[in-house]
Amino acid sequence: MGRLCLGMDGEELTEQETALYDRQIRVWGAGAQRRLSKAHVLVCGITGTIAEFCKNIVLAGVGSLTLVDDRVVTEDALSANFLIPSDENVYAGKTLTELCRDSLKDFNPMVRVSVEKGRPLMPLFPDIIEIKNILHLDLTGDLSSFGSEFYGKFDVVVVSCCSFTTKKKNEETIECELHYPSFEESISVPWKSFPRRFSKQYFAMRVIERFEEAEQRKPGELSIADLPAVLKLKKELCEAQSLNESHIPNALLERLVTDTREFPPVCPIIGGILGQEVIKTISEKGDPVKNFFFFDAMDGKGIIEDVSGNP
Amino acid sequence: MASRKHLAAVKGAKVLMVGAGGIGCELLKTLALSGFQDIHIIDMDTIEVSNLNRQFLFRQSHVGQSKAKVAREAVLKFRPEISITSYHANVKDSDFNVDFFKQFNVVLNGLDNLDARRHVNRLCLGADVPLIESGTTGFLGQVTVHVKGRTECYECQPKPAPKTYPVCTITSTPSKFVHCIVWAKELLFAKLFGDKNQANDLNVRSSDGASSSKQAEDVFEHRDDEDIEQYGRRIYDHVFGYNIEQALSNEETWKNRNRPKPMYIRDVMLNELGQQNGSVEKNGAANEVYSVSAMASLGMKNPQDIWSLMENSRVFLEALKLFFMKRQKEIGNLTFDKDDQLAVEFVTAAANIRAASFGIPLHSLFEAKGIAGNIVHAVATTNAIIAGLIVIEAIKVLQNDTKNYRMTYCLEHPARKMLLMPVDPFEPNKSCYVCSETPLSLEINTHRTKLRDVVEKIVRATLGMGLPLIMHGSALLYEVGDDLDEDMVANYAANLDKVLSELPTPVTSGTMLTIEDFLQELSCKINIKHREEFDEEKEPDGMVLSGWTQAPAVAQDDKKSTANAGSSSSASSSMEPEKTDDIETTPGKKRKLSEVSESANPELSSVAGSSTRNPEKLELVDDDDDLVIFDNWDSVTDKKIKCNVSSSS
Repeated sequence: MGRLCLGMDGEELTEQETALYDRQIRVWGAGAQRRLSKAHVLVCGITGTIAEFCKNIVLAGVGSLTLVDDRVVTEDALSANFLIPSDENVYAGKTLTELCRDSLKDFNPMVRVSVEKGRPLMPLFPDIIEIKNILHLDLTGDLSSFGSEFYGKFDVVVVSCCSFTTKKKNEETIECELHYPSFEESISVPWKSFPRRFSKQYFAMRVIERFEEAEQRKPGELSIADLPAVLKLKKELCEAQSLNESHIPNALLERLVTDTREFPPVCPIIGGILGQEVIKTISEKGDPVKNFFFFDAMDGKGIIEDVSGNP
Repeated sequence: MASRKHLAAVKGAKVLMVGAGGIGCELLKTLALSGFQDIHIIDMDTIEVSNLNRQFLFRQSHVGQSKAKVAREAVLKFRPEISITSYHANVKDSDFNVDFFKQFNVVLNGLDNLDARRHVNRLCLGADVPLIESGTTGFLGQVTVHVKGRTECYECQPKPAPKTYPVCTITSTPSKFVHCIVWAKELLFAKLFGDKNQANDLNVRSSDGASSSKQAEDVFEHRDDEDIEQYGRRIYDHVFGYNIEQALSNEETWKNRNRPKPMYIRDVMLNELGQQNGSVEKNGAANEVYSVSAMASLGMKNPQDIWSLMENSRVFLEALKLFFMKRQKEIGNLTFDKDDQLAVEFVTAAANIRAASFGIPLHSLFEAKGIAGNIVHAVATTNAIIAGLIVIEAIKVLQNDTKNYRMTYCLEHPARKMLLMPVDPFEPNKSCYVCSETPLSLEINTHRTKLRDVVEKIVRATLGMGLPLIMHGSALLYEVGDDLDEDMVANYAANLDKVLSELPTPVTSGTMLTIEDFLQELSCKINIKHREEFDEEKEPDGMVLSGWTQAPAVAQDDKKSTANAGSSSSASSSMEPEKTDDIETTPGKKRKLSEVSESANPELSSVAGSSTRNPEKLELVDDDDDLVIFDNWDSVTDKKIKCNVSSSS
């Protein structure tokens, strides 16, 4: 079953593709499906949310998906990731990406899924890359171990924070960003320039981020014991940014430091939104959200905030 | 939401999933990851190729197998320690009665049709088990929570009936492409390839009576000695030429309409005739039935192309020929199936030729297939999101966290910055006949209407009861069941043909009837009011049921009128959504929903539209201090529900 679809001109979908993708072509059209089938996606960092995302775009029929993450399977990685068989005989000695690749391949034989060896290192320099779109899921790890030539091969790069990178992801409050402004540009927008009713999750995540940075913690390496220090930092940041402290409820910060693992039902929600936005980006069907998405299982709201500094 | 706490609730829970399709696959996976350990799943469907783009637990090699079974095996691969019980069965089977439902802590629906949704709703009410209901269409989706006594039940707001088209619109005066599709699928296809004994309106016209209709019967008969090409051209000329000429002769019809153009094969295919000889042979003899294709034998590839009139005519003749040459044995037993390529080709071509005749824009095979098969748009991402939201609600239900129950809408375009919009659940509708005791009221002519009409039109069709029992006081008037003795059966059969006032226990104005369904454990009362006259146009059934607001039909493009047709089989032109795949909605409805979400931009109050709900203000769930209140919210949600977002697979 080869990729018959891309003949010399690559313009026509094959009968096989039309049959398989029938229901979604009815949503986004044949043109969008063709663009999807030519797109190459890179994913750095495997989490439960990213596993969901990968499933979604493989099902959607992207051209290829490349996975980067050399970690081996741990109990934690198993907990929210359905791509990893729970049999130790199967996963022993394999990296997360190898296992995910094997499962993802089965979902859609028309998509090439491959693994790139490499281990994201220190901070990301946003200007090393020339790519059409970068999506960050939460904060970024460092991908500088790959050259710009490597990134140039991809249409979309999704960077997920994992425990070995610099930042954290939280159980219930997760954000993703589209590269309208870069992530760095976005988070440097002064807080007081935001509208009055702005997602408290955004501020809370920045506080947690700064705390981890200052304490040189790995993302998610937090406990309730850190709460007093986190609250103190919040106060300082609010003063520096001229933001009323009530915009960052202490209860929210408490939740963020208490349980830092992924909450399984939230993974398909964030992975679904992220998949949808990437599909929009590639297929040129609809504008991707601009530019942060927050979901909190506590109140059930899925909110979009424009953090570009020029609303 | 500390995960330790819900883990305990989740671990001890026993849950029932109904549906292993698009939402079901996502839901089963997410339940397993979230720590659920005892999951039961019911689905009567088997796997099809068009499921594979989103029902990710299934592979090509599983096509034809039970969805419930394959889904179970797939999830056990990454969570072997949990218990999953699968049932390859219809949830309406009597095995799944109220006692069966009682063993579960919560029921999660990922269904594809209204009928099953209503049924499960009743069983959940009967068993007093909370229900979480869901649906998706394209990028839109919704999750709702139904807990007896606390929130509205699934039927508190009446659901729209499937769209049906007046017979005369289909047979004589089509104005939209869908009318041509219905004609091609329900009438022409059925006439040529279906059961010859079925009533068919194809030749019913007002102008000429029985004689020509009789003659028409012969027209469709393929004589043994007749050349198949000859036969195809004869059918073509008859239905697209002669029948249109006949229709044109009735001047009255065309006073305010564009006159259709009769099509004859010799005009359409001037130089074409006789050129395609041998094409069938090229197609090869060893083809399997479903791979026989007129497009393939004519060298046409792209299903997205809109064919010219000539191309449609060639496909029409070729498809007809292929049916007789390659699938002779099935003729007489065929019903239209959206997965039958040749049937789709035939229907597309026939609908397009008719459309051309009536000046209606032509459509591609891909589009025609969507309309004919009532195919609902579906993508994996929406199903995944909805499944996540279902599990979040399920965990709240298991913890009895009643204050935090939410209905959540997944929108295509953000409304008030939200893509996922939670809303407080509505209270039970006090006039709902399903979850409240409030009696319904039925206006009816008790001297003229037979019990049969009440059973068919009210008890079965409107109230959705499958195994009804009707009582007048303590006297049984009617009952369905396997264990009835012969006398009773004969007695009930006799009652069916009696008018209400002449029943052994007469039903007259003021009578209170009790209607029950054993399986659903549903009981409701109907107050009978005699009325002499009914408006034939507006009240064609001759009965009016009230007390519980009936949703208006989804689209009212044509007035219901049977004046022209003298036919009783209006059912033949209804567009019943396919049951095997994703739907319950028609494309028109979906469009409405997206309009709602689009126009639901920041100023929701500008959304127009009448509401069938009692006007009530609704507070958007918001933990910020300033609450936002929409005056028109109920009309927005109401539309959403009407346009209901309903697929699953």
